[in-house]
Amino acid sequence: MDATASAGGRSLGASLLRTKESAILLALLIMMVVIGVIAPRFISGTNLFQVSRQVAFVAIVALGELFVILTGGIDLSVGSIMGWSGVAAAWAMSLGVNPALAVLFGILAGVAMGAINGSLIAFVKVPPFIATLGMLQFAHGNVLGLTKGWPITAIPKSFLWVAQGDFLFVPVPVWIGLVIAVIAHVVLTYTAFGRRTYAIGGNEQATFLSGIDVDRIKFALYMISSACAAVSGIILVSRFSSAQPDTGTGWELDAIAAAVIGGTSLAGGSGSVLGVVIGACIMAVLRNGLVLMRVSPYWHISIIGVVIVLAAVLDVKTKRT
Amino acid sequence: MAALLDMAGITKTFPGVRALDRVSFSVEQGEVVGLLGENGAGKSTLMKVLAGVYHADAGQVVWEGKPVAFRTIQEAQQAGISLIFQELNNCPNLKPVDNLFLGRELYRKSGFLDYPAMRRKARELFDHLGVQIDLGVEVRRFSTAVQQMIEIGKALLTNVKLLVMDEPTSSLSDKETDRLFRVIRELKARGTSVVFISHKLNEVFQITDRIVVLRDGQNAGGFESSKGSIDQLISLMVGRDLGSFATEHRTSAPGEELLRVEGLSGGMVHDVSFSLRKGEILGVAGLIGSGRTEMARLLLGADRRQGGRILIEGREARIRNPSEAVAAGIGFVPEDRKVQALVLPMSVRENLTMAIHGLVKRFRAFLSRRKENAVTDEFVKALRIKVAGREQAVKNLSGGNQQKVVIAKWLATKPRILVLDEPTRGIDVAAKAEVHRIVAELADRGVAILLISSELPEILALSDRVLVMHEGRAKAVLDRGQASQETIMGAALASVAR
Repeated sequence: MDATASAGGRSLGASLLRTKESAILLALLIMMVVIGVIAPRFISGTNLFQVSRQVAFVAIVALGELFVILTGGIDLSVGSIMGWSGVAAAWAMSLGVNPALAVLFGILAGVAMGAINGSLIAFVKVPPFIATLGMLQFAHGNVLGLTKGWPITAIPKSFLWVAQGDFLFVPVPVWIGLVIAVIAHVVLTYTAFGRRTYAIGGNEQATFLSGIDVDRIKFALYMISSACAAVSGIILVSRFSSAQPDTGTGWELDAIAAAVIGGTSLAGGSGSVLGVVIGACIMAVLRNGLVLMRVSPYWHISIIGVVIVLAAVLDVKTKRT
Repeated sequence: MAALLDMAGITKTFPGVRALDRVSFSVEQGEVVGLLGENGAGKSTLMKVLAGVYHADAGQVVWEGKPVAFRTIQEAQQAGISLIFQELNNCPNLKPVDNLFLGRELYRKSGFLDYPAMRRKARELFDHLGVQIDLGVEVRRFSTAVQQMIEIGKALLTNVKLLVMDEPTSSLSDKETDRLFRVIRELKARGTSVVFISHKLNEVFQITDRIVVLRDGQNAGGFESSKGSIDQLISLMVGRDLGSFATEHRTSAPGEELLRVEGLSGGMVHDVSFSLRKGEILGVAGLIGSGRTEMARLLLGADRRQGGRILIEGREARIRNPSEAVAAGIGFVPEDRKVQALVLPMSVRENLTMAIHGLVKRFRAFLSRRKENAVTDEFVKALRIKVAGREQAVKNLSGGNQQKVVIAKWLATKPRILVLDEPTRGIDVAAKAEVHRIVAELADRGVAILLISSELPEILALSDRVLVMHEGRAKAVLDRGQASQETIMGAALASVAR
């Protein structure tokens, strides 16, 4: 179907495909069908339950990343901030702090790192790539230094529900992810803040000369990105019943990949919440599918690399029309 | 004598638009041909078909007696056709020599670049063009005029037989234009042909041998430059007689002083002072590089001010960035609308409401689509902006309509002071007249206007007073009675003459 559409250019299929999201949604569905045929266990309730949880973790981080990428920036420190925030929250819990307060503390710890990123980028004008590359090392290094590499395992039972429980037959992390996605969508689509975020990515100079405080918005965006990373990192503590010093390592690449697969332009100015969520689904479904189809784990990373590049090719090709 | 170039029956259709409809165009050897028409008439498209950027749907191109169809701009270049586009195509991060020889570098026997030889050739070339260029500086630090000279130099390095210049003078001062014309005459004397595309009609008569006019993608006519008049040219371009184009503005009763700038300094700008009254248009003239734009940017808080005070209604205004300037009631139409004013992929509505998010907000955060639509409709109608709809991306509008969107964006803020930097650059005659009319109307309604322009007729027609800048300083303030092309140029060139 997509073959005729791309050839015809004027058919109904083509106009449906014109919205970027429907093209990748189609790709996701095709992928799910293929995996389902080869490994029928994929469509079982328990498996989809697992996959959806996995989607939530990546999607939450990727949504924060989306805000930053929309302005043409990048946040490489989200993975480290996940670990940092998780450890901070777990540490508070291990001291007997009420889990809700501990979660808040963990998020604040993450946002503090985001504020450092934001200040360096918006006010000192350090390129985002460098500032957040430094933060990637700094936040992770702090975790290792403070924990001396040991996990924090004194997590209260009541907190485990956050990642391991379910509500109305849907895992709690999925609900959290959905809430964040809806908020992100509303902010980006209906508020002045969101409009300005897109405008900065489209033409930063014009936005600045229109009297918009570009620096303040950028500062806020890196805090949003770190807040999302913190939330995901803290839920992972609940999932593993402990805070592992290495949690989050490498997640920045998954988050960026999910955003790019979802049609977000790294040059800034275009991308959507729906796209990022679908991108996160593709990443998680692919990982899960490879396991179920008994592809040797040694080949997984290589295949994921191919999919990321394929998504980018699809994006370039559809944009040119 | 056989024509160097003969294009016949050229037709080119883009989705939804017939850009060229059976257009004919020819150039003799050593001839300078003016290609005129309103924006969107098809001039640039025709030249891009010639150079192989676009491929014609129908028609024939005969080059030096042989039918050709260049597939790429490189093929056209090898055949001797060079294009200098409106937007300069250089690598701003490289030095002049690297730009000149990009793709045709000179090598030593060892395979390394032969910089001494390239530098020697570059110097010869620039001497020949009569321009002084510091070869040790990155190209981005040069003014547009100098960058353009480098582009021309690049074309001359190839064996160019036909040089196409798309609006080469749109950002040049009169002096720089004269220098360019000298170069064009030199080329002509050497037998090189030139196609000259411009909106500055006086210049076209000055430099061309023959004029060809396109209108709505068709041949509208043409004549020998020595035998035609500007009126004749305009009526060919717009297809009707418009009488006099220039809006003459006269402030009937100047209001009280609104803006006072004292000792404004920063960057290349030194100690600029002036005042601006309600309903007054203060023209700002000067050569390119005299610091006019820089002065405006300081006023706007876009660049850091190092000294001086800005007083609005007698009180010192705190303006450290554009958002404070907007809050103080200042609007700014920058010189380069695509780079500095518009978010091209965004819609007319989104661009138009960019500076008034505060006014169209509900609950202090959410944008009201209803209010946005109302504002957009109001200004699209008031300024007669030709759009397919509110949601059309501004990148698909013509230059004149894009400029109107920028102006509308600022009118929506209900500014008390409006700074316009080259508001009619690169837009067609009719749109230009409309912009002039809008500016005059704004002044009539009491808006104080700072009009920066390189076109003296524009300054003279609209300004109540003229501030002339030279090397970052205010050289003179001329009343309407004193201001003429001669007095303004005299002040602008003052220290050069001394």
